[in-house]
Amino acid sequence: MPNSNWLLPEYIQDMLPDEAWRIEHMRASVLELLRLSGYQLVVPPLLEYAEALLVNGSHDMDLRTFKLVDQLSGRTLALRADITPQVARIDAHLLNCQGVTRLCYAGSVLHTQPAGLMRTREPLQIGAELYGHSGLESDLEVQRLMLQALTALGIFGVHLDLGHVALFRALVRRAEIGNALEAELFGVLQGKDVSALRTLVADLPQEVKNALLALPQLYGGVEVIARARATLPHYPEVLAALDELEQVAVHLQPLAHGIGIDLAELRGYHYHSGMVFAAYHAGSHDAIALGGRYDDVGKSFGRARPATGFSMDLRQLHGLLAQQAQPKGVLAPHRSDPALQEKIAQLRAQGHAVVVDLLGDPSLRHELNCDRELVLRDGAWHVAELKF
Amino acid sequence: MITIALSKGRIFEETAPLLAAAGITPLEDPESSRKLILSTNRADVRLIIVRASDVPTYVQYGAADLGVAGKDVLNEHGGTGLYQPLDLNIARCRMMVAVRNDFDYDLAVRQGARLRVATKYVQTAREHFAAKGVHVDLIKLYGSMELAPLVGLSDAIVDLVSSGGTLKANNLKAVEEIAQISSRLVVNQAALKLKRDAIQPMLDVFAQAVNKSGAVNKNGVVK
Repeated sequence: MPNSNWLLPEYIQDMLPDEAWRIEHMRASVLELLRLSGYQLVVPPLLEYAEALLVNGSHDMDLRTFKLVDQLSGRTLALRADITPQVARIDAHLLNCQGVTRLCYAGSVLHTQPAGLMRTREPLQIGAELYGHSGLESDLEVQRLMLQALTALGIFGVHLDLGHVALFRALVRRAEIGNALEAELFGVLQGKDVSALRTLVADLPQEVKNALLALPQLYGGVEVIARARATLPHYPEVLAALDELEQVAVHLQPLAHGIGIDLAELRGYHYHSGMVFAAYHAGSHDAIALGGRYDDVGKSFGRARPATGFSMDLRQLHGLLAQQAQPKGVLAPHRSDPALQEKIAQLRAQGHAVVVDLLGDPSLRHELNCDRELVLRDGAWHVAELKF
Repeated sequence: MITIALSKGRIFEETAPLLAAAGITPLEDPESSRKLILSTNRADVRLIIVRASDVPTYVQYGAADLGVAGKDVLNEHGGTGLYQPLDLNIARCRMMVAVRNDFDYDLAVRQGARLRVATKYVQTAREHFAAKGVHVDLIKLYGSMELAPLVGLSDAIVDLVSSGGTLKANNLKAVEEIAQISSRLVVNQAALKLKRDAIQPMLDVFAQAVNKSGAVNKNGVVK
């Protein structure tokens, strides 16, 4: 079918002119915000050895990653489905700082399966990671940055949702729950499937059983933390996690439209180790930005470092914004007149796009994306409104 | 605005009392109306009428905030991106493996034979037989599964069984239960976070209504 050769694979698309510029501006404004907060930009490669990209052992991530065989080494290469492990590798091995390292990145990733019907298989991931600090201050810093980045992009009314995987981990450890049951519990908690949960916890010790059964109900506003203190067993890990959530909620209240707590939220449980967070917006059926603490990921690279960070997909965020047209340019005739050349240079220096009309065909002028033109009047070049 | 996705027929009929308990009455009857979006007595709540197997998709992508879907449909869909906080205990039945009366299912499984299985529930069947370590070839059918073993299309079927009457009438027997099925309330994840003030009271009323009807049933009173 030769006619279909120019069609793209499913869930893969081009960025066309207006969209491409808007996304580029979005990328630049987020990176500038991160630069001003002291984050260093890194650009990891598009592909590397599969083992390095699949460090967190997540089955989902493995399925979602495109792989190929390296003709030079015979080893399996993978196209990155997430930039975070690459940045963790850079922190662990290349930079080798002992103190706090702040890194940011922006680049395309590829997924074998789209994350949803309305998502692309080639998200444009942008994010920031902070290594070498395990305290609450770094959690606050990255969450604050995420909210500021969304505001800088013109996305308002963001709802911040907080969770903490240490709660579930503590319960699993206390009751010595095996891997198989842990995986099942994880699945039903993610879906708040209370009836399935009831069957799974039937044989667990009473205290842990009650705590697990309480988790799916423990969501809502900040008042959930008080309810959790009254309901959950007072293990030190549990109390510490609840304290952290409370402090973050108090500090970030002014920055977000709303703050929610969901103690059964275990997104990224395979590699997260502490607080997890996600931003929601009325225009999207799914989280628009997410992140959390993942203190153990560096271990696979030989150096475990405290770590927290956030990431988001610029293509998804672009869909939330009102589609403003880019400013149009000034059309200039194709002539070697030095006065004209000087005027063009002047306009360009002021930030106006000047498009030279090479063909000079009036019937094609509307294709050149201009709304003004340079006209010669009284021996000087002036900008005038372009009429078709 | 809260949008609730329901399918016509049994699920709609059995959900209506729950909606009524939450003070929601549709202004039109879906059986007689040809409209797909039904207004209710509450200006902030509307119902959309979709096929049962499409309910999880509508809710997952936020086209509806809530929905009612059978566990059979949810298992096929996978349930990603959905909360299933409440078992409504309605439309109860069982997902079963059934074979012809004269077919020795246990022997076939013991011998490690490769079974041909006809079903509408491909995902459920695949997972069930994989967990048992049985090789199967799956044949996707859209209805009248009971016919498949009778005409030699398959060795077994995986289907919903409520009374078992259809199996009996076609000389089939149920040999294995895969899961107990009932309808679940499903909620879009983002909606529960963003519209909690509107959704949570409904969930609470539904939960109360379900508990109450459960108690009535235990006392032997048929609904």
